[in-house]
Amino acid sequence: MATKSLKARHLELADHNRQLEILNGGLFEEGELPYFKDKIAEIGEFPLKPRNLEILQINVGYMCNQVCEHCHVDAGPDRKEIMTRETMELCLEVIRNTGAHTLDLTGGAPEMNPDFRWFVEEASKAGIKDFIVRSNLTIIRANKKYHDLPQFFKKHNIHVVSSMPHYTKGKTDKQRGDGVFDKSIKALQELNAVGYGMPDSPLRLDLVYNPSGAFLPSDQAAMERDFKKALKEDFDISFHNLFAITNLPISRFLDYLIASENYDDYMISLVDAYNPSAVQNVMCTNTISVSWDGWLYDCDFNQMLDLKVASKVQHIREYNEDILQNRNIIISQHCYGCTAGAGSSCQGVVT
Amino acid sequence: MANSYYDPSDLRKFGNITEWSEELGTKFFDYYNKVFEEGALSAREKSLIALAVSHVVKCPYCIDAYTKDGLQRGITKEEMMEAVHAGAAIESGATLVHGVQMMNKYNKLSM
Repeated sequence: MATKSLKARHLELADHNRQLEILNGGLFEEGELPYFKDKIAEIGEFPLKPRNLEILQINVGYMCNQVCEHCHVDAGPDRKEIMTRETMELCLEVIRNTGAHTLDLTGGAPEMNPDFRWFVEEASKAGIKDFIVRSNLTIIRANKKYHDLPQFFKKHNIHVVSSMPHYTKGKTDKQRGDGVFDKSIKALQELNAVGYGMPDSPLRLDLVYNPSGAFLPSDQAAMERDFKKALKEDFDISFHNLFAITNLPISRFLDYLIASENYDDYMISLVDAYNPSAVQNVMCTNTISVSWDGWLYDCDFNQMLDLKVASKVQHIREYNEDILQNRNIIISQHCYGCTAGAGSSCQGVVT
Repeated sequence: MANSYYDPSDLRKFGNITEWSEELGTKFFDYYNKVFEEGALSAREKSLIALAVSHVVKCPYCIDAYTKDGLQRGITKEEMMEAVHAGAAIESGATLVHGVQMMNKYNKLSM
């Protein structure tokens, strides 16, 4: 398992243009598979338009204490991109004025941003209904200075959404690195200890399942049942919901697909599993994604491909919801990942 | 004509069998899909049974499909291999239990 990002290893897939070349070429260029835009045109959804803004997703930096094999952010300890307090101030102004009811902080490990706690405290005052922090769990155990995160989250009524690829050690460590499973279990127990994830608790703890390989997630409800049973029986851990998320073929997951000679078959699986009823609810239709340096994107995946919003408003400093609502959403072949099967988003299935 | 009896890409064409016999093909797939729905047995349990049977009937398409199906359902490799052993045990048991027939015949014909 690699311990550095694609960027630190100077690999060609660290370049978003190269990723787009691959996504637009191969089976699609040869006519074997239909382009995503043609597929959604069949149901009258091209160009894809946004609905009401509900979620403001802010990526506060690509730095992470883990180097997961499937990471679409290409995050890791060697990534130095980090949101400054100045950009956070701009985000706070938008948070106070936006129609969004959900604030979704992501990374990297968002907790590693030195201004993370300040930002959470300030954003908490803005009256957002659902304040999500996407935690990789191990950060809570990574260093003494993070040990009190469960109490900090509780104090601000943060909705914790945590990565957990499987309820067995082998599968989890293979995707996320040796020792990740044991640390994640310990972190979940600590979150439970302060009240997170208990059946009637208002302290929401949801888990995110990403397949650990070149296959799609199965039925989310069935997976949730299996996770709940195994984690309760083996470790006395409780949580609320499991979000099953399809891995999108970009960045490190794309690198894995190509290196393991699974790319073509994976794209065929995504296209075969295309579900037109998922199109209207894909996350880009109700989300704006903000990068560490304040640029605006339709989703976190477009952010990593540097596909900025198609609007005259492209940066948080000039944020204007009315103008943004009139944009066309930028799509490419990776979007098949969000419309496969029951559909996929940062909140799990969409149908 | 392919120069191999098995081509992995043929698995995607399985549904095409309906083109040459729509009624029977449709009835088969309706039955097939119904069988694998959640019932008294979970879809997960049925997936493991299907994986074991795939090995017993030695169907490479089925092994491909149900290994992938198992991964999608979060089934571990240890569970998959146990299922294959269960199938193999029944298969070898089915061979060996005929040894009783051989023994009966042997004893009947022998002085």
